Parts: sequence; C-alpha cells; structure tokens
Amino acid sequence: MDKEIEVILKNYQKDPSQLISILQDLQAKYNWLPKEILLEVSKGLGVPLSRVFSIATFYRAFSLTPRGRHQIRVCLGTACHVRGGKRILERMERDLKIKEGETTPDSKFTLQTVRCIGCCSLAPALIIGQDTYGRLIPDKLKEIYQDYK
Amino acid sequence: MKEKNNAGSREMSGIAAAKLETKQDLLALARELQAEGKKNKRRVVICGGTGCRANKSLELFQLFQKALKKRWLGPEIELKMSGCHGFCQRGPVVVVEPEEIFYQEVGRETPDQDIEDIINKTLLKGNYVERLLYRDPRTDEIIPIYHNIPFYARQQRIALRLNGKIDPFSITDYLASGGYQGLAKALEMNPEEIINVMSKSGLRGRGGGGFPTGQKWSFCRNAKGDMHYIICNADEGDPGAFMDRSIMEGNPHGVLEGMIIGAMAIARGKSPAGGYIYVRAEYPLAVQSIRKAIEDARNYGLLGENILGTEFSFEVKVKEGAGAFVCGEETALMKSLEGRRGMPRQRPPFPANQGLWEKPSNINNVETWVNVPEIILKGGEWYSAIGTEKSKGTKVFSLVGKVKNSGLVEVPMGIKLRDIIFEIGGGILGDKEFKAAQTGGPSGGCIPAEYLDLPMDYEHLAEVGSIMGSGGLVILDEDTCMVDLARYFLTFTQNESCGKCTPCRLGTRQMLTVLEDICQGKSQTGDIELLGEIGDTIKKASLCGLGQTAPNPALTTIHYFKKEYEEHVHQKKCSALVCKELVSYNIQSVRCVACHRCLWVCPNKAILGISLKAPEIDQARCDRCGTCLEICPARNKAVEKIPGAELKAAG
Repeated sequence: MDKEIEVILKNYQKDPSQLISILQDLQAKYNWLPKEILLEVSKGLGVPLSRVFSIATFYRAFSLTPRGRHQIRVCLGTACHVRGGKRILERMERDLKIKEGETTPDSKFTLQTVRCIGCCSLAPALIIGQDTYGRLIPDKLKEIYQDYK
Repeated sequence: MKEKNNAGSREMSGIAAAKLETKQDLLALARELQAEGKKNKRRVVICGGTGCRANKSLELFQLFQKALKKRWLGPEIELKMSGCHGFCQRGPVVVVEPEEIFYQEVGRETPDQDIEDIINKTLLKGNYVERLLYRDPRTDEIIPIYHNIPFYARQQRIALRLNGKIDPFSITDYLASGGYQGLAKALEMNPEEIINVMSKSGLRGRGGGGFPTGQKWSFCRNAKGDMHYIICNADEGDPGAFMDRSIMEGNPHGVLEGMIIGAMAIARGKSPAGGYIYVRAEYPLAVQSIRKAIEDARNYGLLGENILGTEFSFEVKVKEGAGAFVCGEETALMKSLEGRRGMPRQRPPFPANQGLWEKPSNINNVETWVNVPEIILKGGEWYSAIGTEKSKGTKVFSLVGKVKNSGLVEVPMGIKLRDIIFEIGGGILGDKEFKAAQTGGPSGGCIPAEYLDLPMDYEHLAEVGSIMGSGGLVILDEDTCMVDLARYFLTFTQNESCGKCTPCRLGTRQMLTVLEDICQGKSQTGDIELLGEIGDTIKKASLCGLGQTAPNPALTTIHYFKKEYEEHVHQKKCSALVCKELVSYNIQSVRCVACHRCLWVCPNKAILGISLKAPEIDQARCDRCGTCLEICPARNKAVEKIPGAELKAAG
C-alpha cells in the first residue's frame, strides 16, 4: 500500500497545495480513505495530520468510512425535489434496508444524496458511478439494482 | 446509459492535426473544413449530453452506425454526436440536417424500428417519421422543423450557439463553425481595446454577481503582480441549474477560447498568465470534454506556448471540485485551488488585486466566458443592442419544475416571465394553476402570479425581492407548499455552510429548526416573526454570499405567501398536502373495491381489513409515506390525502 501511495504523491510532486487532488486519486483507488492512508499522506507531504483531516472532513466527496462497490447518489436538487425526489430516496431506503449515508451489509451499495446532477429536465434522477437514471418511478427502482453486481 | 468513453468523436477525415502558426493558417483550415463538411448530403446529429445519454443515446448512436454500415450508407451520411441541446426532457434528441428535422424520444421504446424508419423515410426519401415529431402541448400541432418549435423559436442562442450542432469532442467541428476566429482577431488587438469592447458590450457576470465584465478585467489588468490568474468557475452548485453543465459538455472550446481572450486582455504585456477551470466532480462528462478540448487546442497551437505563432503563452489546468457548494464562492474557490478548506474570506482585498496565491486573479462563470468570442467577433455594440438598458445581451435560464417543456432557455434580457413559462415552456404540467416561480436557486426568492409580466433582468428581479442568480427558474404549481420549499432551501444552505462565521453557522441552524417545527406542526405564535428577525441578522452579518442570501427563500415566501405560513402555525394544516405531519391519509370506502393492494404494500402494516371489505388505516401506525396512495389503481382513487392532522390525532 505504501508504494502505491508514494506513486500518487510523486505524481503531484509531493506538493501540499495539491492535497485535494491527491486525496481524490487515493479515494478513487481505495474507494474510501482509511486513517492509515491519511497518516501516510501527512508523513509523505510533511503536513500536520490535522490539516489532512481538515480537508478530508470538509469536502463531501471524501469518505472516512468504508463504502460499497457502487455509490448511489439520489438527486435532491430543486427540480428533483418538486418532482418527488424525496419519495425515491425513501423508497430506496426501504428497498435496500439502509438509511441515507449507510452501506448495504454485502457492501454492494452506499446510499447518498447529492444536489444537483444537472439533469433537472429528467427529474427525479439519480446517478450510480457514471450512469445517470432519470424520470424515476418508485416501482421501477428494482430494475436498476439488478444492473449492478 | 453506461458510457466510459466519448464515442462519437470523429475528426473530419483527410485533414491531419497540425500546429497553426498564423491567423491565415486558421482561416484556411476553417475554409477547408467547411468545404469538407458540405460534401455530405445529409447529417444525423444525435444528442450526447448527459440527459440524453441517461436515455441511452450513446447506444442509439452505435445502433445507427451499424444500421448505416449494413446498408452501405456510411460514407454519404454523416453521423455524429453533439453536446446538450438543453431539451433533455425530450431526449434522445436527433436532428436531421440540412432540413433541421427535429426528432424526439428516439429509441426510447423501439430503437431498431425508429432507426429503420429514419433511414428509410427521412434519409432516403426526405419524408417525416410522424410519431417521432414534436407536438406542441398547447395546440397539439405537429412541428417538424427545429427552429419553428416554440421552445427554440423564441430563444436567441448566443451562449448556446453551438450546442446540439457540433461534436464537442472534435476541435475540427469547432474550427469549421468559425471557432477560434475571435481569438485570432483579439491577438491583433491591444489588450486595452479588447477590454473596451467588453465594456461596450455591457456583459455582466452570468454566475449571479452581475458585475460588469469589462470593468472586472480592467481592475485585474491594472493590479500589480508578477503573475495573473484567469479562472473559470464551473462549480455550478445551484440545484435546478444546469446551463454550465450543458455549455461545458456541448461547447468546451467556446469556454476555452473566451478564457484565452480574457488572459490576453488581462495579462498580455504585463505578466505571465495561468488558467484554471474549477469544475464540479458531479459533471464527469463535462470534465471529459473540457480535458479533451485543452489537449486538442494545445496540439493545434491555440493554447500553450506561443499561441498562433505570437509571443503570447497561456496554459489551462482543470481542477475537479470535491462536493462543497460553498466553493462556488470566488474566495472559497481559490482557497480550494490552493489545497485548503473552501472557506471564504473578507473582501477587500478583491481577487482582481489579490486572489489565487495572492496574485491578481480574474474569475468568471462558464456562461460569461462562452459569450466572449462572439462579442469580440461581432463587436460590443452588437451585444449591447440586445436586452434592456442596464441588462445587456441574453441569459440562459434553466426552466425546470412543473412546466411542460423543461430545459435550457436562452432569451434576451427583459423578456416577460409569462412568455418564458407559457410560450416557450408550453405552460404548467397537467394544466394546473401556476403558483410561483423560484429564481436564483437557494439564494433567491419567489415570484408569485401577480408578477407574471415581470421583465426578466437584474433590476426588476431585485425589485420584487429575488435575484437573477445563475439563471435557475423553477416553476411551482398549486401542489407546492411554500413553507416546505423554504425549509428545503434552508436545509441545503445550512448543510453547505462552511461554519466559519457565527451568523451563518448558527443562524441558519436556528432558522431551519423553526421552519422544521412549522412543517411538523410544532410551531408557536411568534415563529413567523422570529424567522424574519433571525433572517435579517444573518443577511447583515454573514461573511459571504452564502450566508447573506440563505434567508432569502424563507423571507420572500413569508412576504408573498404569509397565509400559508399562518395556516401551518395556527391551524396546523398544509393545504398543498405536502408537509407529512400536517396531512392525514384516508380510504374512502365508497370508492374502494377491496383489492387490498394497499394492505400488502404498507411498510408499517398500518392498513387493516378483512377480505372483500374496504380496509381502514390505523392512524396511530400510519407514517404518511404515501405508498397506499401510489398503489391504489387510478380508476378507483380510493385513497385520499386530506389537510390537517385531526384524523391522525383522533385515530
């Protein structure tokens, strides 16, 4: 693990001002940011651990807890809100038996919300990885879960 | 739906990429590309924006490619994917040129049949495939041609000029459409001349600030520094707004060209210049297209060292956001670029004097940048002839919500709100009553029906208590609860508050608590006035725009819809039937046919009944999720929602 972190840090010339991009690359690789990795980053860049944590906790993109293989982001932007986005979230919580922010026991899905993904004309919408689903109907959500392993 | 690459990018054959050394090279190449483009009899343009891709437009493109190949039609018919048209609701959108036949919802149900029909009827015979044509929701009239469709007809697309027309991943497409000629012209002008043109145009920042662009550039140019930074704010955070996504996806070179021109105006002859585009990570396709544009522009000598053979050099880097709405605020954005927490700071000093890394920096929104090349090419007077006295040019509005034709609408400043909603938007969904239009996102306000004839420009919107913002325009109908809407916006801003200053950090939390109490039937007399008081304090004392505008949705809805608030507070009722705790569900036995579907789906097992008899809802167990209402067959409509929690209280 250390070698891989070293490679990423070197990609950014070990420049502390690139901390956000470094954490983004690390999270893309490991799917979340364990404490051990943040410690390595702090050592590797020569910045206090508190600063690394301050970035990791400020930006919503970073997760300090393990995430599922697929992140479901239900859009709760204005257009999605007025067209029933909340119902979609509630239905997903019931279907997957987890609450917003949690991960399914089999680590398949993490359920999150986002505002907004820019698909307002297709409201209500959600995004899983790079796939966008629009015009959602609670009863049709089952078909989406099946697309993912 | 799933796409990992940018299929559809096809450089025009026969013309290899080569560094352009002079303006003449650029013009010669453009002519060559235009001539090449005219060779094809017909062109089929499939929309590849995020919205249409969500409706499988990429798969449609691939099927089309196969079908054309099978019939040996590949060479004569040009097939390409364009960027976002802004009419995502009707996607996938396919336009057949040269006639500009507009086909909607292509491939949604029967992709193979749709493709066959388009090839047989339209491409080979020049006839229409009627079922795919656009139908006007007001008159039911079929309108086959793009520019006759009211949604597009009343638009004046300058920022969106090439959206839906070019392949955004192809620089040659952009060059063939006159791309980078604004840059070539600007290279022959003095920086001060460029700034003059921008000032004459009257262009104001389109991100929401509305600050005159020419003046901003002038401040930055005149600031002392050994480096100037040119930044594009593509952190479009306003929920309900997607014009920047569309522009970045559909015309990334337009934005880039604008930035290069800006860099010349601000830094040429003064100091080196560096560029950044800060884009939300939630827009992966936009990130892809802008990265490709930068790479291609560099290869063609339009970016990087010695642009078009001159002494001027300028490089642009892309930085992705990490999910913080506050980073749309300029000082927070710069902090984020420096690898810090995105916390705004006091101004002065303004970024123009002391910005990124303490150097003079100019930051403009995507929509502002994409207007620049056109203004340079056509002149400041041309732009200022459009719009109103103080609000020049056009604005892209994101028309969403309860409207029939939802999408991106670019119109001259000063157009009436009514015209946008009813003529372009086709009216309210389901022909319900218009209640209000919400503008400016979470920083904005509501405009009720009495102001439907309001001219849409900076001044008039401010007069009625709202703002232009980035152009979000959410249409609300009789089924919207204005109190819930205020709560929704405040939940958002409270969540996104960076926490640095007390008025915003604590004030928004207090306002939200009061609003939640109101929506849940726990409010007391005096709560509405309390909201006004706290809101006022937050506005006056907050450090940045997020805090200063966070109370706006609540304050404007209280101003225009006070009765609704009073109903919530004093009668514990939600007439729009939105606030869960203030409604009750009931099964009308006269309409019920005892199918018992509701009984089976109720997640709380709150519906009780015996076979063949209409069931009843156990109010104590009911949590008003609404599943029973959803499942009750439309022909019966036995489940009803009624305002007030009395039923629940009594049950």
